[in-house]
Amino acid sequence: MRAAIRDALLRDERVFLMGEDVGRYGGCFAVSKGLLDEFGPERIRDTPLSESAFVGAGIGAAMGGARPIVEIMTVNFSLLALDQIVNNAATILHMSGGQFNIPLVIRMTTGAGRQLAAQHSHSLEGWYAHIPGIKVLTPATLEDARGMLWTALEDPDPVLIFENGLLYNMEGELAGDAGPVEIFQAAIRRPGKQISLFTYGGTLFKTLQAAEELAREQIDAEVVDLRTLRPLDTATIVDSVKRTHRALIVDEGWKTGSISAEIMARIMENAFYELDAPVARVCSAEVPMPYPKHLEDAAIPQTPGIVAAARRVVTGHE
Amino acid sequence: MAQKNRRKQPTIDREHGLFLLKDMLRIRRLEEKCVELYTASKIRGFVHLYIGEEAIAVGAMLALVPEDNIVATYREHGHALARGVSANAIMAEMYGKVEGCSRGRGGSMHLFDAATRFYGGNAIVGGGLPLAVGLGLADKLAGRQRVTACFFGEGAVAEGEFHESMNLAALWKLPVLFCCENNLYAMGTALARSESETDICLKASAFEIPAWPVDGMDVLAVEEATKRAAIAVRAGGGPHFLEYRTYRFRAHSMYDPELYRDKLEVEEWKKRDPIPNLVERLKQHNLWQEEVWTEMEAEVAREIDAAVEFAEAGHWEPVEELTRFVYSDPSLRSGPALNPER
Repeated sequence: MRAAIRDALLRDERVFLMGEDVGRYGGCFAVSKGLLDEFGPERIRDTPLSESAFVGAGIGAAMGGARPIVEIMTVNFSLLALDQIVNNAATILHMSGGQFNIPLVIRMTTGAGRQLAAQHSHSLEGWYAHIPGIKVLTPATLEDARGMLWTALEDPDPVLIFENGLLYNMEGELAGDAGPVEIFQAAIRRPGKQISLFTYGGTLFKTLQAAEELAREQIDAEVVDLRTLRPLDTATIVDSVKRTHRALIVDEGWKTGSISAEIMARIMENAFYELDAPVARVCSAEVPMPYPKHLEDAAIPQTPGIVAAARRVVTGHE
Repeated sequence: MAQKNRRKQPTIDREHGLFLLKDMLRIRRLEEKCVELYTASKIRGFVHLYIGEEAIAVGAMLALVPEDNIVATYREHGHALARGVSANAIMAEMYGKVEGCSRGRGGSMHLFDAATRFYGGNAIVGGGLPLAVGLGLADKLAGRQRVTACFFGEGAVAEGEFHESMNLAALWKLPVLFCCENNLYAMGTALARSESETDICLKASAFEIPAWPVDGMDVLAVEEATKRAAIAVRAGGGPHFLEYRTYRFRAHSMYDPELYRDKLEVEEWKKRDPIPNLVERLKQHNLWQEEVWTEMEAEVAREIDAAVEFAEAGHWEPVEELTRFVYSDPSLRSGPALNPER
């Protein structure tokens, strides 16, 4: 992420980063470490704890010709800025009859797994995907983490990027010329023939691991990384189901009124007669996130649960 | 610190006085027409009238230049008209016609106009303040000498966004002019019933923002005070705050039986109506002739009638276009040259 932000600051002088502790402190996940020294306090802008005002200021600055990257520490804190995101960022292009677009990028962390309890760990990206007027990106790979920011900054409209906290520590080699990536298409991360596993963000690697374990049981699973929750790539989802005839959705959000429910609905609408089994889901338990590790682990999707659920869809039993 | 406005009454010249008078009259007559059209079901939704408060928009806009930005509220017909959005475009917007200043998508509460840098009627109380901070930030980062004037009612001071925005603007010394229109009632809630501290300038002072009250019923006083503040903001003096003391003569919106205020109070304030008051001032200075008034009324009536005609003749956007403007048309990307030529 740091490389992506640095690239953006170097490429375009209108780009600036703004958020709580992005400067002196170096970002609460050290994402912006060193950037203050390189770009100065005007472009690496520490803000007070005023989510609504600095997100709104990002919207205003975007209307005024800047290209802000606004960082919110966690998705839970973004709720303090919900008015600005939903009532302004998502509506102004429309309310103004197309006169004012908002080229704004808002980044925030999402997801559980670090024992941060019920006010730092939720996965509300599916909730944001409900809102027309914004785009919701959920990178899971290093290439996407870097490339999606680039593409998002090229977008004329507000883009929210949800970065799963567990993925920050993922290591890997990126090509030096890694550039922007396409953001409107889901990616088939592992082709397979018997079941489609749809997921995104923090649960992608758990799902890929589950697919490996299923392979040992002679179950050939396809893993589709949704990458973007709004707009949702219905075509790739439906095509996959048409090939495998079975589907399981893995989502760290809750089930009720969720993006997993939306994906199921789209499968029903577009591929009902292709199905050989009911579509299933592995989601978070319907509780606020608990603190102790064993309970947190039990609350969110884990590889064994994904394997068991997929096996059930394919074979009809555990 | 809060400062008292101890200035003498501003002087007046005839031509300027008549200009101010006509602009206030345009707003008044436009809105009176809106009431008529609302009753006739030509205009729907919420309509919040500015009648009684015209001196503020008219006086304040004269302190601004075309490069400046304006952020307004849902009670913004007057600001749009005084800023230079045509009566035609405003009326067509209220009709919901595609010829409206927001293509009919916004209606009375959401007048937008890129040409005059009018960044909208915002209908979330306090919701426009962070936007104004951002517009000011963009100007500061780009080294432009613009002022962003942000209008809001006194009801907004109860919102967290007010305090967050004041602090950000002051902390970053942004070129924002906060224009608080204190008409004493947040819908039906009197200031004293919602604020422990009713001196609004003191709240701005708490953020180290220079603030002073202005007689919002006196267009000349508004103009003078706003110019003074805008000059300071433009010169790099950071945000300034004006509290225009005013009164809305009509109900909050079309659905308001006005149970919360005394009819006598309304009548008392009507004695301070900015339009007859300015006429009186012109008379005192022997700058008045009755025939000017007749002619002015006739001109304004022609403008408003033409606006109604324009709106009536306007077109409904085809339903096929319903989902336009949710996202930018990719062919019209105003966006970010991320591969700049430099």
